[in-house]
Amino acid sequence: MNEASDRFKTMLYLNGVSVSFDGFKALNNLSIIVHPNEMLAIIGPNGAGKTTMMDIITGKTRPDDGEVFFDGKVDLTRLDEAAIANLGVGRKFQKPTVFESHTVWDNLEMALRKPRGVFSTWSYVAANDDVARINEILDTIRLSARKGDLAAGLSHGQKQWLEIGMLLAQDPKLLLVDEPVAGMTDAETVETAKLLKKIAQTRSVVVVEHDMSFVRELGTRVSCLAEGSVLAEGTLDQVSANPVVIERYLGR
Amino acid sequence: MSSHFLIRSLDRGAVAFIVVIVALAVLVPVLNLVVPPSSALHLPSYLVALFGKYACYALLALSIDLIWGYCGILSLGHGAFFALGGYAMGMYLMRQIGARGVYGNPVLPDFMVFLNYKELPWFWYGFDNFWFACLIVVLVPGLLAGVFGFLAFRSRVTGVYLSIITQAMTYALLLAFFRNDFGFGGNNGLTDFKDILGFNIQAQSTRAALFAASVIVLAVAVFVCSSIVNSKLGKVMVAIRDAESRTRFLGYRVDNIKLFAFVVSAVIAAVAGALYVPQVGIINPGEFSPANSIEVVIWTAVGGRGTLIGPIVGGILVNAGKTLFTGAWPDYWLFALGGLFILVTLFLPKGIIGTIRSAFRKKSPPRPDILPEQSGNAGAPLVTEPAE
Repeated sequence: MNEASDRFKTMLYLNGVSVSFDGFKALNNLSIIVHPNEMLAIIGPNGAGKTTMMDIITGKTRPDDGEVFFDGKVDLTRLDEAAIANLGVGRKFQKPTVFESHTVWDNLEMALRKPRGVFSTWSYVAANDDVARINEILDTIRLSARKGDLAAGLSHGQKQWLEIGMLLAQDPKLLLVDEPVAGMTDAETVETAKLLKKIAQTRSVVVVEHDMSFVRELGTRVSCLAEGSVLAEGTLDQVSANPVVIERYLGR
Repeated sequence: MSSHFLIRSLDRGAVAFIVVIVALAVLVPVLNLVVPPSSALHLPSYLVALFGKYACYALLALSIDLIWGYCGILSLGHGAFFALGGYAMGMYLMRQIGARGVYGNPVLPDFMVFLNYKELPWFWYGFDNFWFACLIVVLVPGLLAGVFGFLAFRSRVTGVYLSIITQAMTYALLLAFFRNDFGFGGNNGLTDFKDILGFNIQAQSTRAALFAASVIVLAVAVFVCSSIVNSKLGKVMVAIRDAESRTRFLGYRVDNIKLFAFVVSAVIAAVAGALYVPQVGIINPGEFSPANSIEVVIWTAVGGRGTLIGPIVGGILVNAGKTLFTGAWPDYWLFALGGLFILVTLFLPKGIIGTIRSAFRKKSPPRPDILPEQSGNAGAPLVTEPAE
């Protein structure tokens, strides 16, 4: 696993990452690998370090120790949030965070992969391609009918979808999705699983989720995190049959 | 297509406003200079000067609104940029006095003779040229805002902490400019101006011209701000205001965007100060007083932050109120101002214009859910034009 040649084939490569806050070890020698066009589901109890892991990948938190590489070669520990986002790492937050005083359309337009500089943003005029791409995403996330409405007026589930749409507009190579189905109805959950599976055909996706039926729906490789490191890895059946996982997370 | 983005971003409100302003720039001087004093339509000169002052205040309030209303940066030290712009213009006006001062020194302004200066300090060089003074009006406050903003935004100083350090900045400048050996006239500041560009600064026609210049600059500033806030950049600024960290994860360099808005805003404030000084005839360190900067924030809140017309209306209305109120009960103005701020915060959180606008929106039919699909117009944005 420490072989550099292996690292170059990965999309996301975390090796021996540790970070502590005021003496509390949020991550303890965490190692995770995600390959191109692969989906990885991460489960684990509260406080296992799932969100901290996302913070480290996206540049919000610096690790005390360990390596974090994107696309096999880019050292993410040296970059800030904006640089990492522009490399092609998109993040959906646990609590849906859309820009409420903007319309659904504007939310997507701001997320669209375009030059992010001050002056190019000032002089931006939507090209036909951009309009078509936004309409396409609106179709995918089923918000075409709401495109002129303020994001504040959307339901919880619709906000989750809008945020996934913003991720798509960013056109990332790696998506980090934190609890995408929290607050969704069963039907919406099924749709979200379908959507994520479709996305994972062309991009790498890391999904953090508590909802076991949703993880089963995704039908992908699963890592169980606890106390800042990986407890078990494999299919959902393998992981949930693991006695340590049952004791620390599922059982009790 | 993209070369027309400045024009495209002008909405109807801003166009109407600019038309009104330009009309005023013509009408007020005509009513003052051409209409004979015997006529009922004649505008007395003191009102022209007063309106010119209000235009400068409106410009200052607009500069606060650009960063506070649209980008969530609450500066409580914007008076510093206003005063610096004012001082740069004041230095030019001092150099224009020449040998006509009380002490008759052809080079040194009166206060320097009085304080035993032997020669002109180096930082007064060049101010005998109008163009140089204009350059400094923009450059020095712009640079200060650039350095200050760079350090503050890069260190991610936000919210009240940023407000506090802006307040400290203007207070530090207040103390510095109060010192006689700082070279800017100390306590008394700069005054006794004689002429500007060769015209007598007291003359009726000069005052009318200064008024016209002030409102035209106001129109230009509205145009620039409108093109910023109606562009995608303006939307990103609002996004930063509402969810700064989310905007970062979208890949925008929040620090740079904030810095850009802060510098533009500081330059507008400085130009307001430069226009203000020849019209009131004096600039002294009192303009750096933190209370002044806070007052501007109140004008903006009263008029309606996050709208471009709001701060202008607020700046004019509150100052007109101040003129009337301090005439009748001079001792109670600060109580009235404080009370006004509390009332607006409680009952009109969106300010006058914001409240009118949302009332108007409720009455008008809701926006259709399904907007027309892409029309034949190449690149025409569909729903990207907000009402403001």
